[in-house]
Amino acid sequence: MILTRRAMLIGATTTLAGCDRIGSNARFREALFSAENFHKWAQRSLMTRDAMAREFRPDQISPIFRANGTANPNTPEYKALWRGDFADWRLRVDGLVTRPLSLSLAQLHSLPHREQITRHDCVEGWSAIGQWRGVPLKTILDGAGLRSQARYIVFHCADRMGTGRPYYESIDLTDAFHPQTLLAFALNDRPLSVANGAPLRLRVERQLGYKQAKYLMRIEAVQHLSGIGAGKGGYWEDHANYDWYAGI
Amino acid sequence: MDSRTDTAGMVVRRHRLSTRLWHWLNALLLYVLLTSGLGIFNAHPRLYWGQYGANPDHAWLILERFGGWITLPARYNLSMSRHWHLAAAPVFAFALLFYMLWSLANRHIARDLAFAREEIRPRHIWQDIRDHARLRFPTGAAALRYNVLQKASYIGVIFIALPLIILTGLTLSPGMNAAWPWLVDLFGGRQSARSIHFLTAFALVAFFLVHILMVLLAGPLNEVRSMISGRYRVPKDRP
Repeated sequence: MILTRRAMLIGATTTLAGCDRIGSNARFREALFSAENFHKWAQRSLMTRDAMAREFRPDQISPIFRANGTANPNTPEYKALWRGDFADWRLRVDGLVTRPLSLSLAQLHSLPHREQITRHDCVEGWSAIGQWRGVPLKTILDGAGLRSQARYIVFHCADRMGTGRPYYESIDLTDAFHPQTLLAFALNDRPLSVANGAPLRLRVERQLGYKQAKYLMRIEAVQHLSGIGAGKGGYWEDHANYDWYAGI
Repeated sequence: MDSRTDTAGMVVRRHRLSTRLWHWLNALLLYVLLTSGLGIFNAHPRLYWGQYGANPDHAWLILERFGGWITLPARYNLSMSRHWHLAAAPVFAFALLFYMLWSLANRHIARDLAFAREEIRPRHIWQDIRDHARLRFPTGAAALRYNVLQKASYIGVIFIALPLIILTGLTLSPGMNAAWPWLVDLFGGRQSARSIHFLTAFALVAFFLVHILMVLLAGPLNEVRSMISGRYRVPKDRP
């Protein structure tokens, strides 16, 4: 039996082409994508509700915190807010809440803060450690008063991605009320830069980078994710089939 | 197994059903895991040591993207590579766990894999290395037992490389970092774990290549049959 490099290459390529074909079968994809449910169930079973993400020492902070995704929303509305130093920016909190809110940056600054040095893990594989300061999301949700039907918190952003559709993300109440889940307005002791999501971004530390929505404009409490975007709970979930649960 | 030398030429039952099932399941899963893993690696083909690592930081290894002939899917698609990888990984991990427990219970580990005292003498190991280098494979009853180099590589794969690749994989998960914080400490950081995950994958590729070479040299039809049906023709003594 003689296996030439060429024969092995053809063999590898045809087997992989076979995998590609299976991978485009709708029922197989459904089965493959259901691994997300297993990972969510397994991880939530293995950790306590408030299990903390690792916090690091100041000397472990990345010298440069890599920014990713949109570098600048560059819409006329965003540019106007930026020129005014975000004095006119307001965070709307609405949906299934008893007291809808509209908060200015100054109001957020006056609320109790949390500071944490955590690791940002991009789905691509890289990590950056930074110090975040912000208001725990729990403080805002308690202030707005969630209605009992609320199951998810949706974050609407100012940036539009390549497809022209707005960026958004969502998390469930377990992560929304986690003590490390912040609405962050400062990175490494400085106000958030535009590349890192000025004036406010989400930190949900037990999940990957694409969940950390930047340029927050509106927080909405909902019962189902189906009515928002294409219904999968986030920009990348809708447009590239990323897992909604990004704990892995 | 019969240990008398007159077994030469006879067809005997070689591999247990559990070993055969696990072997072929692994062949499939490791293929999917390697190719989808390289697809994921292509999203950021740089490796670092320590807790953090991104483009501005020092990378100890920077590679070109792997070609479509070895990635799953062939065309770059991080999302699909992750779906393949993360669906195959738990099956692979639990299969290893069950195989370990099963092999402990049916004494496969104690009887076939554990080193015998006389095997680990330097002279014996040296003799085995020389036999391998001259491609003098054991015949008769000796062919029914794993030799010391074979045992060492199987032990290395089952008890070191495979657990290492599973644990470093888990360390990449921010959720698992919260559930099992000791993982990050064990490997000295998420980026170190990512590097070890990658290195272990290539150690397994090296194992695979030597494994295939050995099968080809030892008689591919007999060896492959013994891993499918369990039946193995004992090699005759050399004249």
